[in-house]
Amino acid sequence: MGLLSDPNRRRALTNLLTRLNTPICVVCYLAGLAWFMGLAFEPFTLRTYMSENAMGSTMVEERFPAGERALATGREFAAHKRKVGGMPVDWLVKTMQARGLEVYTQRFSRTLPFPDENKERYIVHGTNVYGILRAPRAPRTEALVLTAPCTEGNNNHQAVGLLLGLAQYFRNQVYWAKDIIFLVNEHDLIGMQAWLEGYHHTNITGMDWTPLQGRGGSIQAALSLELSSDVITSLDLVLEGLNGQLPNLDLANLFYAFCQKIDILCTIQGKLQRSDWDTPSGYTHAAQTMMLMVMKQASGRPWGDHGLFLRYHIEAATIKGINSFRQYKTDATTIGRLLEGMFRKLNNLLERLHQSYFFYLMPSLSHFVSIGYYMPAFGLLAVILLLRVSSFNTFSLEAHALDLWVQLGTPPPGTEDGVGGMEQSSSPSVLSILTPVVISHMTGAALFTLPIRSQEMAVEHFPVSETEAVVLTAIAIYTAGLALPHNTHKFLAGEGTEKGWRVLKLVALLYLAVLLGCTALINFSLGFILALTLVPVAAFITPHVPKAFSATVMVLLSPGFTLLYCVFVYQELQESPVSLAEGWILFLSVISQGILDHSLYGSLVYPLLALFIYPCWLLFWNILFWK
Amino acid sequence: MAAPLTLVLIVAVTIRAALFRSSLAELISERVEVVSPLNAWKRVVEGLALLDLGVSPYSGDVFHETPLIIYLFHFLIDYAEIVYMIADCITAVALYLAIQHYNKNVFRKQKYALEADRYPHDCLELMRSPKEMYYIPLQVAMFYLWNPFTILSCVAKSTCGLNNAVIALFILCTIKGSALLSAIFLALATYQSIYPLTLFAPALIFLLQRLYIPVNLRRPSFWLFTSQYAFMYFGSLAVIVCLSFFLLSSWDFIPSVYGFILSVPDLTPNIGLFWYFFAEMFEHFRLFFICVFQINVFFYSIPLSIKLKDHPVFLMFMQIAIISIFKSYPTVGDIALYMAFLPVWNHLYRFLRNIFLVCCVLLACSALFPVLWHLWIYAGSANSNFYYAITLLFNVAQILLVSDYFYAYLRREHHLSHGLYLKRKDGGEATLVLK
Repeated sequence: MGLLSDPNRRRALTNLLTRLNTPICVVCYLAGLAWFMGLAFEPFTLRTYMSENAMGSTMVEERFPAGERALATGREFAAHKRKVGGMPVDWLVKTMQARGLEVYTQRFSRTLPFPDENKERYIVHGTNVYGILRAPRAPRTEALVLTAPCTEGNNNHQAVGLLLGLAQYFRNQVYWAKDIIFLVNEHDLIGMQAWLEGYHHTNITGMDWTPLQGRGGSIQAALSLELSSDVITSLDLVLEGLNGQLPNLDLANLFYAFCQKIDILCTIQGKLQRSDWDTPSGYTHAAQTMMLMVMKQASGRPWGDHGLFLRYHIEAATIKGINSFRQYKTDATTIGRLLEGMFRKLNNLLERLHQSYFFYLMPSLSHFVSIGYYMPAFGLLAVILLLRVSSFNTFSLEAHALDLWVQLGTPPPGTEDGVGGMEQSSSPSVLSILTPVVISHMTGAALFTLPIRSQEMAVEHFPVSETEAVVLTAIAIYTAGLALPHNTHKFLAGEGTEKGWRVLKLVALLYLAVLLGCTALINFSLGFILALTLVPVAAFITPHVPKAFSATVMVLLSPGFTLLYCVFVYQELQESPVSLAEGWILFLSVISQGILDHSLYGSLVYPLLALFIYPCWLLFWNILFWK
Repeated sequence: MAAPLTLVLIVAVTIRAALFRSSLAELISERVEVVSPLNAWKRVVEGLALLDLGVSPYSGDVFHETPLIIYLFHFLIDYAEIVYMIADCITAVALYLAIQHYNKNVFRKQKYALEADRYPHDCLELMRSPKEMYYIPLQVAMFYLWNPFTILSCVAKSTCGLNNAVIALFILCTIKGSALLSAIFLALATYQSIYPLTLFAPALIFLLQRLYIPVNLRRPSFWLFTSQYAFMYFGSLAVIVCLSFFLLSSWDFIPSVYGFILSVPDLTPNIGLFWYFFAEMFEHFRLFFICVFQINVFFYSIPLSIKLKDHPVFLMFMQIAIISIFKSYPTVGDIALYMAFLPVWNHLYRFLRNIFLVCCVLLACSALFPVLWHLWIYAGSANSNFYYAITLLFNVAQILLVSDYFYAYLRREHHLSHGLYLKRKDGGEATLVLK
């Protein structure tokens, strides 16, 4: 408390802070970046370990024998699917019934706000088929879910086959204490969304679905299976869910433990782990894996069918079979044994998975970084904003008080805390601050609502498709927002005082700090990536810096360009670099996917960017052109 | 001044009416920051339903409001939204009138003191001018009505708004000098939530001052008035409590309202300090710590009353703030009441040291509350520690805010008696240090 009450020490501290402000900010930025990159270095990470007692100590034996039969079922499924030209509902119902499950179907339909060109769908009708294996050993209050999406084309038959095979095998075992639900969902995430909403009696996104006729208990965990070939070389674990939510780390640990036990190659982000962490290439590999996770998490979209479970407090992951050119192949029986083992362990759970971490980044499947280790990286960036708040205008004012606030209210030249000549300072009118804030937010609201609303009009007047219309409208509004400072000026009629922009900057800095802080708590990766580009802008923009140069820098560091860079970096990390033109096409499709994710699944990234981050950036743009 | 006040009222009512009609109202009324188990509207409705069924509303541990409230809404249930809007308006107008009157007194006192040449000469710049004081009552009304906290509380139909109205009326009556009405409203406020009991001391001091009776324990006139006021207060309290008994013809409400407030059995998270401690605590320490926590609320009134015995209105502000920080089920509506007083102390601005920092922290915390709640309850990825950390920070910021104002007030008084530019003994410029 001495620091807060003793005026002498306060003065010493503020002097230090104001004198060294810029160097401290630069150091903080670099330190934040270095800290983040250091997270991938193995000695700084923790080894994963199983925290959940119920899953750790008990041994299970995996005996699933019927891999070949499962594949045959898969082929049968494929044949029926081809015949029906979609999901073979009747066949699935019959097959599941034959395996002794309680089978139900759910129909759903959904009209997308605009056609999805990536998946080529607009008006979606579909049916989910699910069978419940009732628990013989316990009251039916809890359930586990195994899903296999029935996708378009020639994919994933093996997964459905394996699912049916496992259902048959599980039916004959007596140790199940939880209901097991086997779900084959159509139209991947849309079907998943319909089923989950039906299961939980909610309707968040305004989809049409028929109510579920049968239910198990409350779902404790779910696994989603994607297999596209009869044999695989490795299994990939996908964790990133809606809005960057991750399942409990114990689920990943469970997968890893079984892969080790059964001896299957396992990857995360499609990357094997390497043991040579002390070589540069080993470190680069780990950093790539982690960056991929950060990119995927920041996108806020579900990266597999499991992603939507997380919203309902259900720990879920997608397991993807990958067939590459390796020698060593794994057959369906082994994958079946892996799934059996995982389900038996999950079956042993006495309470929801909660022991292990929910906030983590994984540089490899056996190592993780928890929130306590990665938050400082963000904290170092955020502290720049606070430092700038405290004294970004040292050049022009003798700053003795800690706060800009005090400087603005009572600029006391030379005297200590408050005892001094009370200068009559004409405080800038509320209106001159409020106008840019309101206008930027209205632009943000336009960016959020108009693209979808105005697609019909755009299609009428321009030779573009609906999807292109939406994306191009968004980009047009985004660009039009840059013209704002000139418009704001007419409103203000020469009110732009020196003090005016200071207050505006103060407001904008605080706004950005709170915004990024909240974002980073919900979705660290998104918060960090945004902080990386927005913080330098926020820290160094004043009306007195060279206009043309700073404007270019600002535009290059704006949220839209951040997204563009992310697209390129992501492709680079995936080791499939794209040319500029391809990157641009990809960028456009990413925008349309973002808008779709919001309206289909309620992803928050698009509203966050449009309604808050972009207006906040516009405030800084306003400051740059303050006259 | 009536026209701007009317405008403020109209805007405030419009905002509330619009929010009542929007889909946000339901969301807001579920927020734990806005409603507590004591004042949630859902529980009032439940109590009413029980009453209509002929069951005691206090059976079943859901309803914890006082009988008067339930009878008020028994008749006005269809007009609940209007009742809450009117309550807010009453609070704002009462505070407006009270502060107007108070400022007049302050200015008159300052004039007398100036004429008597009681202030040091270098203190002229500390004097308050009618110009700067003119808008303070309006600012107070605005601070109350336009405060997002008040709006949220009103839209959630938290009965906290009614309690605030009673307290505001009590302040008005006290400042206007009506001992009887002041005692009645204080009794009502106490009846509603016990804690306003601590406002007895400032009200008494104010009324004594007004009658030019010095606070001196040896004077019979002091004891005479004190016993008068105490009699009025306890008398009206007894009348109200008995009235409640006759309304329900049972004493059920005593354990279920006051027992509930004092023993804190409901540990639903809120913005206060109680829930986490008592959720974590071993059962056999519970009684001891409940006593400690509850005494904490009342304890400050003794040192503060001694220190601020010449400044009862500031004492009142301090007490309200302390209640809203340390009470067992605080909501944002309680905070809004003491925040409405901040414009009254505008002249302390130059002595405030951490106001900016504190404002930032309060702002950030208000944004973080829903985020961490989401992470804890919906996403299931965070836990109660995250939420409590923010609660703690929020309360520390509030305490800093209040103590900052306290320090600033004392400092101004010090300067008014010792001169603004203090010299050290060796002639150098002196600084005041709070240790």
